[in-house]
Amino acid sequence: MDFLAFLVTQCLNALSQAALLFFLGCGLTLIFGIMRIVNFAHGAFFMLGAYVGWSAVYVTGSFWGALVAAPILVGGFGAAFEMGILRRLYGRDGHSFLMVTFGLTLMMGEAIRLIWGVAALQVVMPQSLSGIVFILDEPFPIYRLFLAGAGIVVAVVIWQFLERTRLGLLIRATSQNAEMVHALGTDVRLVRSAVFGIGCGLAGIGGVFAAPMVTASLGMAPNAVIDTFVIVIIGGMGSFLGSMIGALLVAFVQVFGSYYFPDFALAFMYLIMLTILVVRPGGLLGKEA
Amino acid sequence: MLTIEGLNTHYGASHVLQGVDLVVPPGGICALLGRNGVGKSTTLRSVMGLVTPTSGKVLLNGVDIAGWQPHRIARAGVAYVPEGRLIFPDLSVIENIKVAERTPAKQWPLPRLLDLFPSLRERARNRGSNLSGGEQQMLAIARALASDPKVLLLDEPSQGLAPLVVRELARVIQILRDSGVTILLVEQNMKLAEAVASTLHIMVKGRMVYGASPDRFRAEEAEIRARYLTV
Repeated sequence: MDFLAFLVTQCLNALSQAALLFFLGCGLTLIFGIMRIVNFAHGAFFMLGAYVGWSAVYVTGSFWGALVAAPILVGGFGAAFEMGILRRLYGRDGHSFLMVTFGLTLMMGEAIRLIWGVAALQVVMPQSLSGIVFILDEPFPIYRLFLAGAGIVVAVVIWQFLERTRLGLLIRATSQNAEMVHALGTDVRLVRSAVFGIGCGLAGIGGVFAAPMVTASLGMAPNAVIDTFVIVIIGGMGSFLGSMIGALLVAFVQVFGSYYFPDFALAFMYLIMLTILVVRPGGLLGKEA
Repeated sequence: MLTIEGLNTHYGASHVLQGVDLVVPPGGICALLGRNGVGKSTTLRSVMGLVTPTSGKVLLNGVDIAGWQPHRIARAGVAYVPEGRLIFPDLSVIENIKVAERTPAKQWPLPRLLDLFPSLRERARNRGSNLSGGEQQMLAIARALASDPKVLLLDEPSQGLAPLVVRELARVIQILRDSGVTILLVEQNMKLAEAVASTLHIMVKGRMVYGASPDRFRAEEAEIRARYLTV
């Protein structure tokens, strides 16, 4: 096999993997930046996205419909959870958030089992994305190419949203000094709800994107949440750019690691995290040590 | 304009404000003096809603705003320049101002703010953390004005500033007074307070103990200083 072709396809593979990780990590880091809480339920929202996506495909008959419906429904559920439950806990220490979001993970898992059953559900990808293309004579799944592109598009959209919109400005300001934003006339409670909803919606859309490759299953949440924590810790808690770099780094290590050293692929990810934490305890772009 | 009546505020078990009374007339500048820890900043934070008073009234044009959420108090027309300025460090100068400008400002639109603070115009694209202390103070005031406030709460604006910058600050406060902004000013710098204030008030242990015009204050200054202000 041509080495160049191998390199290009593996890089594209890693990019598509990074896109999935980014959907998760970006939401988690945004939520942490605003609220200083770790949303342990983030993987469960990812899983919920996959299941809601499956139902949306079932109802609308269209994968694209699922891509629109899932983030709205999952994000709306996240925002409602913030307003109903989390909001009462601000001012307490971090443990209560960890307990509550962990409890939510268990309840969401059980609820999904009751609603959708225990069997893994196959989400059918649209016809137009299901084939393969040849890249330098090397076959490559179109869906993975699509995923890499979607990751780039979403990253640009979020970046522009944060930089150019009023809500984006308020989100950045709130992450720097919430009390001051409140004193300047913005109800920061609404900013928190919005960010929690957006973060969960991103996890939800990630779930839809992942579903055609891995099927919607109850094992999605724990796997996802661990990878997500690793990228957010690598990139620096609360840093948007950091979550992007963390996702790329972890994806490339996973893809190339599992090719060259299949037995150690998982260890590599933690080794990188360890190294970065030793050199920069706050993560690559994090502020807090 | 702003009337504080019998305001009590607690931090846990400590009774910080013990029945504060103060009247800030429209267009007036009330300077609040006193030693460290007597409750000057807590008075401003209570008015702003950043701490919830346990009892008493804060009347803004006759409406009791005590106990309201800070964003509602801000929307009612109170703006706050906190001690230590608390600029958003990673936002640009313009963005810092935009956070406060919820609707296009009528009285203090961005061009007018930049005319008032020429140094901010030069640094419009700089991040807040790259500004000098004086520039940060000007930005904190500009940010507060961007909401077209009726009342401005200024907490120790001269703190840590060089004498030349304090003079610039006095100039700005005088311009604000001439534009009709009502100001409640907490200040340790007696010279600045005397220069700009229409009335001077002194707090001791959570209570108002003295209030007078600058002229009368000057006449009694030596005695007042010894009794209430020097440590």
